Amino acid sequence: MTEATAAVNEPVAYNEDVIRKFAIATMFWGVVAFAAGTYIAFQLAFPLLNLDWEFTSFGRLRPLHTSSAIFAFGGNALMASSLYCVQRTCGVTLFGGRPTADFLFWGYQFFIVMAAWGYVNGVTQGKEYAEPEWMVDIWLTIVWVVYLVVFAGTILKRKQPHIYVANWFFLAFILTVAVLHIVNNLSVPVTLTGMKSYGLYSGVQDALTQWWYGHNAVGFFLTAGFLGIMYYFLPKQAGRPIYSYRLSIVHFWSLIFLYIWAGPHHLHYTALPEWAQSLGMIFSIMLWMPSWGGMINGLMTLKGAWWKLRTDPVLRMMVAAIGFYGMSTFEGPLMGIRAVNSLSHYTDWTIGHVHSGALGWVAFISFGAIYYLVPQLWKRERLYSIQLVSWHFWIATIGILLYIISMWVTGIMEGLMWRTYDANGFLQYSFIETVQEKHFLYVVRAMGGVCFLTGALIMAYNLWRTILGDLRDEKIAQEPPEARAHLVAQPAE
Amino acid sequence: MATERDELTGAETTGHEWDGLKELNNPLPRWWLYILYASIVASVIYSFFVPPIPGVMGVFETTRAVVRQDIELARDAQSANLERIRLASLQEIRDDASLRDFVYSGGSSVFAENCAPCHGPGGAGVPGYPALVDDVWLWGGTLGDIHDTIAYGVRSDDPDTRWSEMIAFGRDDVLNHSEIEDVSHYVLSLSDTDNDREAALRGEVIYAENCATCHGDAGEGDDLLGAPALNDHLWLYGGTLDEVISQVDNPKHGVMPAWHERLDDTTIKMLSVYVHTLGGGQ
Repeated sequence: MTEATAAVNEPVAYNEDVIRKFAIATMFWGVVAFAAGTYIAFQLAFPLLNLDWEFTSFGRLRPLHTSSAIFAFGGNALMASSLYCVQRTCGVTLFGGRPTADFLFWGYQFFIVMAAWGYVNGVTQGKEYAEPEWMVDIWLTIVWVVYLVVFAGTILKRKQPHIYVANWFFLAFILTVAVLHIVNNLSVPVTLTGMKSYGLYSGVQDALTQWWYGHNAVGFFLTAGFLGIMYYFLPKQAGRPIYSYRLSIVHFWSLIFLYIWAGPHHLHYTALPEWAQSLGMIFSIMLWMPSWGGMINGLMTLKGAWWKLRTDPVLRMMVAAIGFYGMSTFEGPLMGIRAVNSLSHYTDWTIGHVHSGALGWVAFISFGAIYYLVPQLWKRERLYSIQLVSWHFWIATIGILLYIISMWVTGIMEGLMWRTYDANGFLQYSFIETVQEKHFLYVVRAMGGVCFLTGALIMAYNLWRTILGDLRDEKIAQEPPEARAHLVAQPAE
Repeated sequence: MATERDELTGAETTGHEWDGLKELNNPLPRWWLYILYASIVASVIYSFFVPPIPGVMGVFETTRAVVRQDIELARDAQSANLERIRLASLQEIRDDASLRDFVYSGGSSVFAENCAPCHGPGGAGVPGYPALVDDVWLWGGTLGDIHDTIAYGVRSDDPDTRWSEMIAFGRDDVLNHSEIEDVSHYVLSLSDTDNDREAALRGEVIYAENCATCHGDAGEGDDLLGAPALNDHLWLYGGTLDEVISQVDNPKHGVMPAWHERLDDTTIKMLSVYVHTLGGGQ
């Protein structure tokens, strides 16, 4: 025990260089993703913005937006945070050394650029969130296996007896995404020199494989991975221990076990056999509490430290992220119920749901992690400006609310309009009438995107000045200790 | 190892520590655990009704059977009226007050889904796609005319389609450019639109020789040939001098699909009566 402690206390030469690169890439791709999203939101309200040019049409920019949000912004945030966390919590530097880590960084950026190039030029295999063609898929597989080796190798050579909870989630994410990516992208290239390929599956089997992939991209990429971020950066920022070790074990294993079955809820009322639809639905319902386990563990970690939300906007961002996480993981099982799905499916409600998770949870928890990381990585006393973080928080929160509320309204409205019959049994509304009704709220949604993008630009500026070593002369809010004395809970029993 | 306690909340820790991070050993929240159990129980119960197992029948009808029943019920509810429409002539349908409401809502629903994308909401028309709310018709505005246009289309691939094609006077070198300009001025003069008097006088002869056969001596048009009237202010492809010249030089021809391939005859009947009531049925 003493030996182990001594070993841990020795300074370790962590690889922080690659983390710095991933952090910068996160911010860069984040701005790209939010800008692309805002632009296509305006395209939906004002189709003229397609510019009558194939390269700027909605169909090509939409995968550019989704992939740059999930894989470029989210992926880089996950790599930055996971590789930082695994080194710190294992007490060792990255397995594989610097060249491997650098290959991982540049290899992953190359994948992103190749995928984006393909989307704009119309190279796609037409699978949502898995659009890149086979060559790019193979490249990503290589990079991803290197990621797995670096991460798992670092865990294997750890100087700690236990593996920290954040690393369970990161490992589950890396491993499962590898499996999902390979199985869903199995295809036969037409020629070995051309990009075109045909998927190995056809018909409803293709649909089921695709949504097994798509749903677990949400489950393991956007949920498990970002829970890993939460489990390291939230207690760090709050300076508090994780609320419940037992809860983290139970909700981890139940989440991992249940999530993988829930994909068929994307295919209610389709050619998919009914038993498979039922399977997807009941696993979605059972998934509700395992998802919420992460929310409880996050929020309760603040027990005894809630007062910090008043003075620390970074922590506020993380807590808001957990709030949005709780909301969208309640909404998800709800929408997975067949009867609810018959109203919500194919409507904007789905898009609103995804964005309450993507903007509220994924982006906010990433922002929190990056705000924590940058002063650490560049050895700065603090961020350039804490007040700018507060501005970012409020502007982005308003943006998210504009987005999801407008989508709830348009989604439920169009769902109801589609199923409205008149007294004679004929459809009351044509499709185009539902589109006309939605126009105003599409503008509201795009304004939400403008807010979110503005917040991200403020963040980029703040980080830039932090990296330069500047400190903005501003009053840092301090809570006097006696003001919080009454907030300290009495010891139990 | 002696249990360590968190000083703020008094909870036990697990004794693990990573990079300054610790964990408390709080129990699972009861409400969380009970809702988890409840959701599992609910899922098991649901499984009896719509089983998640291949080949096992549930207590409930399958959702597919429910949808089939819904569709049958909806059909039954409409069947009496649909049967009356099927047996009646267009004129009888038009005159039957008891059917009016049914035909109007059926026709407008079908129109909104199938016709509005080209003819505009409510049949207001879009350049290149005729307005249906006025009393000017390319192929006739009686109930029967409208019915046949919808059923067989215009320049469609149906053998009974309405068909006509204007000569491309410029492209096929029937008229030279100045003749086309002259005749276009004359065409504009038919509707008292601004034009060059002298050119129009020269164009009058050209019109009589080349255009009057189809468009009529006074430009009144001929709906048997789908030849538009030229003596009004309604233009399918625009009424400026340039647009008229372009149409004489190398005419555009619209195409409308033969809808009997997609809609049943009863639906086409409702649609015909609906379009007939839009503004100018003859």
